[in-house]
Amino acid sequence: MPDAPVTDGAQHGDAASKRRVPIDAPQFDVAAKHPDRAAAAVAAAFFVSLVAFVGFGAAYWQNAKNYWLGITLGVGMLAFGYGLAAWGKYLMPRGPFEEPRQLMETKKEEKELLIADFAVRGRVAVKRRGFLVKFMGAAAGVFGIVALFPLLRSLGPLPGKKLYKTTWRKGSYLTSIDGKRVKVSDVDVGGIMTVFPESDVGGALSQTVLLHVQDGGSVVTMKGRESWGPQGFVAFSKVCTHAGCPVGLYEELTQQLLCPCHQSLFDIYAGAVPVFGPAPRPLPQLPLYIDSSGHIRAQAGYDEPIGPGFWERGGTT
Amino acid sequence: MIDKLFGWVDDRLAVSRGGRHLLNKIFPDHWSFMIGEIALYSFIVLVLTGIFLTLYFVPSAHDVVYQGSYKPLQGQTVSEAYNSTINISFAVRGGLLIRQMHHWGANIFVGSIVVHMLRVFFTGAFRKPREVNWMVGATLLILAIFNGFLGYSLPDDLISGTGIRISFSILESVPIVGSYLAFFLFGGAYPGTAIIPRFFIIHVLIIPLVIFGLLGAHLGMLVRHKHTQFRGRGAREDNVVGTPMWPGFIAKTTGFLFLTTGVTALLGALIQINPIWLYGQYYPYKVSYAVQPDWYMGWLDGALRVMPSWEIHFPGHMIPNAFFPAILLPGITFTLIYMWPMIEAKLTRDTSEHHLLDRPRDRPMRTALGAAVFAFYFVLFGASADDVLANYLSLSLNFVLWTFRVLCIVVPIIVFPVAYKICKELQTAPLAGKRKSHNVVMRTAEGAYVAVPVEQYPGYQEEELEPVDVDEVDLVSALAADAETNPPGVYRVPREYR
Repeated sequence: MPDAPVTDGAQHGDAASKRRVPIDAPQFDVAAKHPDRAAAAVAAAFFVSLVAFVGFGAAYWQNAKNYWLGITLGVGMLAFGYGLAAWGKYLMPRGPFEEPRQLMETKKEEKELLIADFAVRGRVAVKRRGFLVKFMGAAAGVFGIVALFPLLRSLGPLPGKKLYKTTWRKGSYLTSIDGKRVKVSDVDVGGIMTVFPESDVGGALSQTVLLHVQDGGSVVTMKGRESWGPQGFVAFSKVCTHAGCPVGLYEELTQQLLCPCHQSLFDIYAGAVPVFGPAPRPLPQLPLYIDSSGHIRAQAGYDEPIGPGFWERGGTT
Repeated sequence: MIDKLFGWVDDRLAVSRGGRHLLNKIFPDHWSFMIGEIALYSFIVLVLTGIFLTLYFVPSAHDVVYQGSYKPLQGQTVSEAYNSTINISFAVRGGLLIRQMHHWGANIFVGSIVVHMLRVFFTGAFRKPREVNWMVGATLLILAIFNGFLGYSLPDDLISGTGIRISFSILESVPIVGSYLAFFLFGGAYPGTAIIPRFFIIHVLIIPLVIFGLLGAHLGMLVRHKHTQFRGRGAREDNVVGTPMWPGFIAKTTGFLFLTTGVTALLGALIQINPIWLYGQYYPYKVSYAVQPDWYMGWLDGALRVMPSWEIHFPGHMIPNAFFPAILLPGITFTLIYMWPMIEAKLTRDTSEHHLLDRPRDRPMRTALGAAVFAFYFVLFGASADDVLANYLSLSLNFVLWTFRVLCIVVPIIVFPVAYKICKELQTAPLAGKRKSHNVVMRTAEGAYVAVPVEQYPGYQEEELEPVDVDEVDLVSALAADAETNPPGVYRVPREYR
């Protein structure tokens, strides 16, 4: 509701027009209807806070449970705060009071004066000393650039090829988190296991899910990957191509992998292509083979960068 | 004694010159002006509880064997960060309370900043001359969100560790410099051991210092401009009507500081938050179900979830999927927030100063636009719980995700006209929202019934008094007759007026 602004004729700052406000003006009444009751309530609040704070001290001394410490502290603070706020709200002059406010907008002359002062003094200071300004600027500029090196460059190494390669190599044994080389017999059909190269157990980037998706037979997820899934085993990078979370949930019924962070679903038999959610690319597949002793090993490392995308990665479908 | 001390200080700092002005500073009364105070006071709670936590927290990713009192973890290899957080929770006296108060305080801090910002937006308090202060406030919001995320990440537990992994991926997704940014922040490839100590020093020193500085600027500008106020009670563009700083406002606001602290303490005492001993230590290959960040990161997490699986590929380079929801969206959001005062001034061709606030209904376009935009982020926030909702409601994840994708677009389109219409309707009902006076129904001697308004406390609420200029209040002379008992300079209301 746009009230018409009250145009009260009071002029501010003019000593002659200053009117004294009589002390019996209603603005100086306390706000409470029943000041005595309000004062009693405030006193009660302070008393409660006193008791609660004593309780807090006792609770701390006795090493009481968390909730006793918190309740005594909280009740004490609330009662104390209520007492103060109620005192301010009910037992002080109800007002309202006002003070004048100067608008921020300055006069044209004020602006011009400042600008003129700044410009004139500045001109005197740099008069015929233009070359000093240039030298100073050059020195400061060089410092600014040089200072960036220790600030930025020392923070970490350049990415180099680290985002492209994992520690998987040709012949790497698939190794479980307790450091044991994984054999065919270690994972039942429908089973899932997180595996690493032997040299990098627990590695954040080399983590791979080994899945026993069917009882024997070669699992062909894609053309050109005929030999990658021997005896019903397949392995994919466990790092989600969306935001890097571990793709840890395996649904045997639908043969899908689920990332629990943002719910991307990957179809295992189609080469872990994303079928749902925000993940944009399939999980890279680790080519496997089974050696004569029954150990599952990698034919080679991943043939593409694992995990989420980055600028230099370039396009792969 | 006090006179002497005051005299000593005053002779050296001239406190009394200008000090009276400070005592007289007027604070307009309206409940919505207290929201910013909640932010300020929860920041104080955060600083105090945070100092306590730094005494015990060890910011290190190195391994130790847990040997504390919590049985399920005994003998496990955990990081020093996780170990010390567990010890704060179980071994340090009062540690769990302070830790939970700190976490609750962070949630309240960001929450009150957001609500304060909505208040400033919908009442038009950001208009000239307060545009810069609006931007400082927006920066404070960004810093608060960042620092909340950093602090949440420090305990190195399974849930927050996943968040750190996502933040690496998000940094990595920035075009051109992304992988460099990520490597420089993390000190190398993910995960490394540098991130916990780095997050720690950013969390406890760098960002708090910047927040301190900007808070000073925020409040300094507030003093310079003086407060905005709603119309009524003699409020004009060239005055401020309300309660003077001393003693009324000081009592109320200090009380409010304790109320904020008290609520935080009760939350910390009674409502468990972030029980990291249940989550366990973070390992990069482990993950938990229903991974969710603190609420203020929810809109970003939701955006990551509803984003379709698109990426931009061109020869040799790419723009990853996470860039759009996690870098571009917040980028656009905060650019719009920063620019809004200028955008609105341009649209309304309004270049004059404003110190009187708008009621939201009087600016239906702004209100409807703000409500629609806010609704969009609210839907994103909801989307960050899509897996939990699907589970809870026994719906397919597919259905829930697509529902949120549709709602993102549909809800703002519905909210806009509805909010606009509500504003227009409210405009035609001038008394809507005002407190109604009570009536008593009386029966007259003739048997007729009449409604008689209840007699109010004289002058209270209904009768709006003229504001009294604080500079004109000269109680000293008014009390001159009483000068013996009331020494000059003491602001005291005589007994009979109490």
